[in-house]
Amino acid sequence: MVAGRVLVAGEGGGPLLRLDHAISFWGGVDPVAGTICDPRHPDFGASIAGTVLAIPAAVGSSSSSAIMLELLREGTAPAAILLARADAILALGVIVGRELGYNGIPIVEVPVEQLACLEQGAPALVSATGVVTQPDS
Amino acid sequence: MTLDLALYERAMLSGSEGDATAMAMRIVVSAAELLAAPRLVEIRSAHIDGCLHHGDGGVEFAERLVEGGGRVAVDTTLNVGALDLLHPGVVRADGQKTAMARRQMDAYVRMGAKPTFTCAPYQVGHLPGVGEQVAWGESNAIAFVNSVLGARTERYGDFLDACCALTARAPLYGLHLEENRAATVVVDASLVPPALKERDVFYPVLGTWLGLEVGRDISAIVGLPESVTRDQLKALGAAAASTGAVALFHVVGATPEAPTLDAATGGLAPVRKVALTGEMLRGSLDRLSTATDPAGVDAVAVGSPHFSLHEFEELTRLVRGRRLVMPFYACTARDTLNDLEARGDAGILRDAGVEIIVDTCVVVTPILPASGGVLMTNSGKFAHYGPSNTGYEVLYGSLEDCVESAVAGRLVRDEEAWAW
Repeated sequence: MVAGRVLVAGEGGGPLLRLDHAISFWGGVDPVAGTICDPRHPDFGASIAGTVLAIPAAVGSSSSSAIMLELLREGTAPAAILLARADAILALGVIVGRELGYNGIPIVEVPVEQLACLEQGAPALVSATGVVTQPDS
Repeated sequence: MTLDLALYERAMLSGSEGDATAMAMRIVVSAAELLAAPRLVEIRSAHIDGCLHHGDGGVEFAERLVEGGGRVAVDTTLNVGALDLLHPGVVRADGQKTAMARRQMDAYVRMGAKPTFTCAPYQVGHLPGVGEQVAWGESNAIAFVNSVLGARTERYGDFLDACCALTARAPLYGLHLEENRAATVVVDASLVPPALKERDVFYPVLGTWLGLEVGRDISAIVGLPESVTRDQLKALGAAAASTGAVALFHVVGATPEAPTLDAATGGLAPVRKVALTGEMLRGSLDRLSTATDPAGVDAVAVGSPHFSLHEFEELTRLVRGRRLVMPFYACTARDTLNDLEARGDAGILRDAGVEIIVDTCVVVTPILPASGGVLMTNSGKFAHYGPSNTGYEVLYGSLEDCVESAVAGRLVRDEEAWAW
């Protein structure tokens, strides 16, 4: 069990996908397919849809908020996002989605060493208070 | 920590300035809360990165604000859209997508923002002063306004920049605060040969390295020539913001918050010092080229960030009277194109085969020939985003290399600059 700081409240669950490298959603994620589309990213081709996506660092373009909004609109968003370092860019996409009536997802800040403790691929649940559990682990 | 709102800010939240401002204020407040900001700060200018169509959610957001009577409350410029509105047909998009992209650009103009449609608003007269609080989107513009102009913005994304423009408020945190603007990393460029540091081709490579190795930490770069130009700093920042979350860097002796190293570090000892070596820079240089065929070039693109008038002067000098044998795109602001037309250079460029793109650029919307291939560029940002956004492999070189390659129909690149 890992307790993080809630950036955007909500609940969600899915297989844990921990990225080893920083990612920019703009230029790095295809919002229609919900996949990582930067050929230079080590997780190129992986689907983020429905996952609990653990991101060590978000980088690059400020357009990533817009990609987050489109993922929510398309139904291809992760079920929850765990960020090693609080960042407004992805959270903004979720906050705006809420204003427009789209289904939201939780975003939780979790220290990088605790992200490393989570089991890759195993089901993970994120609670409304920011607690991440992996029942099978 | 709870967010402390002023009376007028509470009034905006409850609808005193209309539905759109109330919605914008809710979003600003949500952002401030998640960033743990103690209060909001009044801003004087905004640059909105919300015109680019990524999908219809962005149109829905902007039109919701227009319907709610939204008007920008500060001097506001607009970033690129997905269309070249002055040259219809340049962008390959179906009627539906074109209509939605157009609606998204129009919505922000209807809210009172200036239709600049450029990622380099600082080249079309949007120049906040040193210490001024602003809310800017677009990663290269953020790096420039903070580092080169010395104004203060955080890294705003789509939506929040627009909400800040409507409310004239931003969360008070991060780079809005003087104590967070000091450099903790010193990057020493003294070992880099002076001749290389004079050349434009050096700066995107340095920026690529800075983004990868320094990332979010704030650097003070020493050992760059005092003659470093705004175009070179623009290229440095754009590349750094592409490979890392660089929003502020100082160049000692050249940028406003770094008259001395001591000023740049706030008088504190740096956490880290790095001396740049040839090996480090060659690693970053190599990363900017992905093409495996060493000779093939199918198209050239320059102007990310948008080309300045000065960069166009250089391009005009290089192509005058010559014939480029492959597609050659130069992306810029419509205001800069006006100036080029007025001085007669646009005709010289077009006669040589340069296609001037405005309001958008070739890596954010389909302009490059659909056949694909290898794109050559002098831009660290194009080189970084080209492969994922366009499907083209990339080759990096100087502006001269780009022109010589486009004339020769194959890669021509001066490798000597990097031999040290």
